[in-house]
Amino acid sequence: MNIIVCIKQVPDAKDVRLDPKTNTLSREGVQSIMNPYDQHAVEEAVRIRESLGGEVTVLTMGPPQAEAVLRQAISCGADHGVLVSDRAFAGADTWATSYTLARAIATLGSFELVLCGKQAIDGDTAQVGPGLAMRLDMPFVTCIQKVREASETGMVVERMMDDGYDVIKVTYPVLLTVVKDLNEPRVPSLKGTMKAKKAVIKTLTAADIKAESALIGLSGSPTKVVKVFPPEPRGERCMLTGTVDEQVEQLVVKLRPYLP
Amino acid sequence: MDYFLSEEQQMIVDIARQITDEKIVPLRAELDEKHQFPREILNDIARADLFGVPIPEEFGGFGGGCFDIVLALEQFGRGCIGVGTAFAASSLGIYPILISGSDEQKKEYLPDVATGKRFAAFGLTEANAGSDASGIQTTAVLDGDEWVLNGTKQWITNGGEAQIYTVVAMTDRSKGARGASMFIVEEGDPGFTCGHKEKKMGIRASSTTELIFKDCRIPSDRIIGRRGTGFITVMKTLDSSRPGIAALAVGLAQGALDEAASYAKQRVQFGKPIVAFQAVQHMLADMAIGIEAARSLVYGAAKHIDAHKGDMSKVSSMCKVFATDVAMKVTTDAVQVMGGYGYMCEYPVEKMMRDAKILQIYEGTNQIQRNVVGQELNKEYARLK
Ligand SMILES: Cc1cc2nc3c(=O)[nH]c(=O)nc-3n(C[C@H](O)[C@H](O)[C@H](O)COP(=O)(O)OP(=O)(O)OC[C@H]3O[C@@H](n4cnc5c(N)ncnc54)[C@H](O)[C@@H]3O)c2cc1C
Repeated sequence: MNIIVCIKQVPDAKDVRLDPKTNTLSREGVQSIMNPYDQHAVEEAVRIRESLGGEVTVLTMGPPQAEAVLRQAISCGADHGVLVSDRAFAGADTWATSYTLARAIATLGSFELVLCGKQAIDGDTAQVGPGLAMRLDMPFVTCIQKVREASETGMVVERMMDDGYDVIKVTYPVLLTVVKDLNEPRVPSLKGTMKAKKAVIKTLTAADIKAESALIGLSGSPTKVVKVFPPEPRGERCMLTGTVDEQVEQLVVKLRPYLP
Repeated sequence: MDYFLSEEQQMIVDIARQITDEKIVPLRAELDEKHQFPREILNDIARADLFGVPIPEEFGGFGGGCFDIVLALEQFGRGCIGVGTAFAASSLGIYPILISGSDEQKKEYLPDVATGKRFAAFGLTEANAGSDASGIQTTAVLDGDEWVLNGTKQWITNGGEAQIYTVVAMTDRSKGARGASMFIVEEGDPGFTCGHKEKKMGIRASSTTELIFKDCRIPSDRIIGRRGTGFITVMKTLDSSRPGIAALAVGLAQGALDEAASYAKQRVQFGKPIVAFQAVQHMLADMAIGIEAARSLVYGAAKHIDAHKGDMSKVSSMCKVFATDVAMKVTTDAVQVMGGYGYMCEYPVEKMMRDAKILQIYEGTNQIQRNVVGQELNKEYARLK
């Protein structure tokens, strides 16, 4: 069973601020982490490998420093890391990204299972997983919250819905995107950390994956960002304190002006 | 302070820190309240390979020394020494096999302990044998090709949770201390049961029970080392493990200082954060000084033990006494800095203070450790004359 997991390095949401003048994310001094959803995808891939055998390859498109998330995934049990990196990929939107990842996966061989996080917490589009599946000509299921069964021939998974979940039986090849309820990611192991430190990360350039230059990076990205702005705050909040009686009193005072 | 850790040592610290922050800290209050054994957390620790730290590579471990295990225990101690004790007691339980066991015994037990598949426990103490271990009454008699054990051990950490128990029993009472031997008893051996779980002041996440042997029969090859060498193995075991208890103490004290110092910055009285009052600042300063001194001594002792296996009693006892006394003082002062809030269960320092007390008692009371240091000094100065 060969599994590929697409992961992304993102700024740690705890540290991110919006520059009030330019309305862009100010990433200065911000820690980079593995996209939280992707951590769950890696964990599930490792669990499936532990029960069915095979190999787990983690794949990321990003600048050279994105290698760090590949090593992190290896320290948590993944077997190989592949970095897709080239200046020509810069500025890619989800369309160009899914094309690039699909080209990289085609170069790497065949995989029964492709896992992605539901979305990356920096862009929050949730488009790359489904887009990649279309490019790979694979069926896909999004928002997996539980793997009920995984065998050599297929899986039974639960897809999270607003009002419950669907139970879906899939056969390979298939692409799944996952949500955080799926599992609890493990802490890196000592052996894994040592392996990760020594691991040779394979790097693929635009030429390596035979990508058409018109389809990658900024030029391959039809999405144009017109404006970025912080949404209007949803009105003021205030916390009442004191004993229950005191709080009720304060609440009545606040509500009175609105009463007929 | 920078202790110039190697890259591998830093890995151990980072992994143990992550487990502590993500798995132990969020659960510790609940484990304490429910007297609940932290099985899931121990599984996390096992998956991170940390049970393998003291086990040689040929038996599936990391091949680390005393210093490596100290680094992990310090982190766990910062989160919860109940969890830390459960982890440490499993190492304690296999030290006799590591120190005096046969190759077959090492092959049989160490790989499972390294991967966390089986836990271990160490059974020495009895109702009438605490500090004075020579008072033990559990006996082992050879009957054909089986040993038959009779007696009751008390207050054994990981009792009822472990699968491997290393226990001390008298094989020849007439020989006194030279008549004790160590044995490996497995969960499920006929005639072996664990008694009720004790209710305790602190370290409630750890399980403490009796071990009851009623005509318990085990194969003759379960004796550890030669007959009559039980106490030698016990002494070496405790000398090797005490720096681990000292490390739990350093971690616990650090955790208490972290709580107290951040509270002191927020709490405003008389129009100022209380950290601005010199009385509070000096308490925090003394806490920090004691912790750093303890940490330096524990690290130094652990490195000494790794380099000089034959000469460890004194440094092992010194670091245990010093670090655990610091932990008791620091946790008590942490409650003081936080005032009434520190006394409330909503804040973690009251648990830390309750937990700290055991560190001065188990693995040899601090009085007994001072005896050891004193006796060693006596020997050293006799040689000088
Ligand atoms: C929570 C917990 C977990 C434990 N886990 C284990 C375990 O896993 N395995 C195990 O074998 N044991 C375990 N023990 C037992 C522990 O090691 C003993 O409690 C300890 O060695 C002290 O023995 P005692 O309690 O009988 O005290 P005692 O020996 O009765 O001592 C009482 C007091 O007298 C002092 N004293 C005694 N003799 C001297 C002396 N010669 N000089 C000066 N002062 C002296 C002691 O310091 C102490 O203050 C555990 C105990 C507890 C409470």
